[in-house]
Amino acid sequence: MTSEPDHAAAAVDAARREADTPLDREAMVALVTEIVGSLDGEIAGGDLKIYAELESLAKDIRAARAEIAALRPDEIQSRDIPTATDELDAVVGATEKATGEILDAAEQIQTIAEGLDKEIRDPLVTHATNIFEACNFQDITGQRITKVVRTLKHIESRIDGLVEALGEDLSAHLSPSSEGADSASAPPAAAAADSGAEPAGESGGDPDRGLLHGPQNPDQAIDQDEIDRLLAEFD
Amino acid sequence: MSVDMSMSILIVDDYKTMLRIIRNLLKQLGFENVDEASDGAQALQKLRQKPYGLVISDWNMEPMTGLQLLKEVRADTKLQSLPFIMITAESKKENVIAAKEAGVNNYIVKPFNADTLKGKMSAVLGQF
Repeated sequence: MTSEPDHAAAAVDAARREADTPLDREAMVALVTEIVGSLDGEIAGGDLKIYAELESLAKDIRAARAEIAALRPDEIQSRDIPTATDELDAVVGATEKATGEILDAAEQIQTIAEGLDKEIRDPLVTHATNIFEACNFQDITGQRITKVVRTLKHIESRIDGLVEALGEDLSAHLSPSSEGADSASAPPAAAAADSGAEPAGESGGDPDRGLLHGPQNPDQAIDQDEIDRLLAEFD
Repeated sequence: MSVDMSMSILIVDDYKTMLRIIRNLLKQLGFENVDEASDGAQALQKLRQKPYGLVISDWNMEPMTGLQLLKEVRADTKLQSLPFIMITAESKKENVIAAKEAGVNNYIVKPFNADTLKGKMSAVLGQF
């Protein structure tokens, strides 16, 4: 007794021999039935459908990984989020310092007022009080910004996991052109400046293109004296 | 009931700026004896060293929050009747309820002004 795979092979051979003559519908059905039947016990027709589905799913996952890798979560993690949190920390620091100076001035007004006649003192004290009240904003904004920073750090930790999971996909995404050309990953304004493009707002497109990056963080900044010295060197 | 304007008040906040604002507003209201603490644990230590007439505390502080401080105060037989006002940006209903259940005397939401502070202090201590 011949085995089922032998049957299938014989059927295929017969089909090849008859290749010059197109098979009729019944012969085709018989051939396919025989081939599929020969797979019984090893790979059933249902299994093939599942494999096809799995393969399609795997393709989708590969495509999704490539798309996520193209978003460069490694840059978001290593550059964008730290920069954003530094900027926000600097906002808190700067407003805290400014508020301290405003409070110094208000306290001075209050001290001076204490030695004056009532009709001058009272309005001064009222204004000083208004200043103290207005300085509440710093605590509120500070707390709000701290919340945002906390959220960013949470996002950063989630991206850590993503970067780890995408390891090879990200390496594949570091094409020589994106590694070599800083302007490809630089902020729009920097890229525009590097390329000599015209300033923002003058040619449409990205409205932020060409804008300055805003105040520097204190540890990266130069102060006014240094700027003056630098400018003087051009004279 | 007359308010002792010379009583000591302890203000608790981890934001130095806020301590300064509250101290100045209290000064405008006539209270000069004001001590400061930067969190609940430090406040509790001060409260056990010297008699105070009022505590004005922030909620969000580490390592001991204002709510924890309030609970410690209410659990301490020597401090349990000390007037306690919470000043915080936490304006969620559940927080107010939690503070009330823990025994807070009044609750001020930031930002606030001198009138609000005076009103809440009067409600706790009596008119001044």
